[in-house]
Amino acid sequence: MTTAVLFAHWPDWIGDLSGGLLESVKLTAAISAVGLPLGLLLAMGSSLGPRPLRWLSIAVVEVARGVPALVVLYLVYFGLPQAHLTLEAFVAATIALGFTMAGYTAEIFRAGINAVPDGQREAARAVGLRRGQELLYVVLPQAVRIVIPPILGYVVLFFQATSLAFAVAIPELISRAYTIGSSTFEYLNVLILAALLYAAIAIPASQLVDWLERRRDRLA
Amino acid sequence: MSSVVDYLGPLSAGIGNTLLITFGAFGIGAAIGIPIALARSARWRPLRMLGVAYVELLRGIPPIAWLFIAFYGLAQLGIRVESMPAAVGGLGAISGAYMAEIYRAGLRAVPHGQFEAGRAVGLTESGLYRHVIVPQAIVTVFPPAMTYVIGLLKDSAIASVIGAQEITALALGEQQQSFAGLPIFLAAGIIYMAIGLPLGGISRWVDVRLTRRLADA
Repeated sequence: MTTAVLFAHWPDWIGDLSGGLLESVKLTAAISAVGLPLGLLLAMGSSLGPRPLRWLSIAVVEVARGVPALVVLYLVYFGLPQAHLTLEAFVAATIALGFTMAGYTAEIFRAGINAVPDGQREAARAVGLRRGQELLYVVLPQAVRIVIPPILGYVVLFFQATSLAFAVAIPELISRAYTIGSSTFEYLNVLILAALLYAAIAIPASQLVDWLERRRDRLA
Repeated sequence: MSSVVDYLGPLSAGIGNTLLITFGAFGIGAAIGIPIALARSARWRPLRMLGVAYVELLRGIPPIAWLFIAFYGLAQLGIRVESMPAAVGGLGAISGAYMAEIYRAGLRAVPHGQFEAGRAVGLTESGLYRHVIVPQAIVTVFPPAMTYVIGLLKDSAIASVIGAQEITALALGEQQQSFAGLPIFLAAGIIYMAIGLPLGGISRWVDVRLTRRLADA
């Protein structure tokens, strides 16, 4: 096979695949909208909450990190209908991958919360802030600043993980590439194009994350 | 409705393949990671660029895409790879990129003076690495490498999409027969955790011992 043949159909496919890429990006946004706030809540629960909440948060994080995202996705998509809760594929993927993302990012948020020096909390109390205010105005703003680069790193990772949604037939990038492949039998060509589209987003994005990380460390 | 416990047995039949994919891919990654790490920090620019390109592309493209390329893509070229070798090879190639980065961080963590001291006492390059650098680097390399193995255990589930008969594929098969998704995938999740949690425990234990051994040396 020559290169000419490899590229021959790329112009025909790029429109369809771009639509798939957009779907992947949308799913990434939805997953992050669920996973990041939930991850922050789990982190607060496991590092600041009362003991029972602390244990519960740690258990949820362990499960979210211990079970493959694909299994969680199947559990939500195929399992919940049994509990009379049938979800659309996009919603199921958002919940499942959001849950997994929460488990991973909870650890990051927790490290960020613990990295805020104790003196900051003592000072907040000394100036008479209530516990909620101390958290909201003193601890979280500093913690979030520390964790922004690694959290964005996870957003990039979960952009790639949206490809798992292939398994529940969401028409995202890899599903569309697979569909084109199965109808034209030009699997290799279309898969390479899809792979390059993922890389075109993921590689610059993770380089941006590295840059943010270096900048944060320099300013610290 | 059958319960979670009923599915633990049938799904356990996939544990062997899950472990084969996980450790097979890790073995490949741990081996090819060394030349990739060396290329990545080579003085000769083209070689360095090649190393960078490998690491970035393998990490920047989702595993499922690599497995499809290994399984369906190569078949188009007349190279038929069965699903198990395609899964092990595909995930192994990805592991190589991640392991290369882990090795690089491990080498960087060894203070420069250790290299100079080793050469000053007349060690050969291979002796320097064997007796001075690697024993120190391994302490830095081990924890992230173990974290990566546990990550691979979970990534091995992706092999089900190309038909490798591991835990997740067996669970999917059960689902298609009985539509009892809830207990089936709960059972699958329990099995993954039952493998992953002890792996994490072992890794912490070895890490403590490695650190202590280095401190004693």
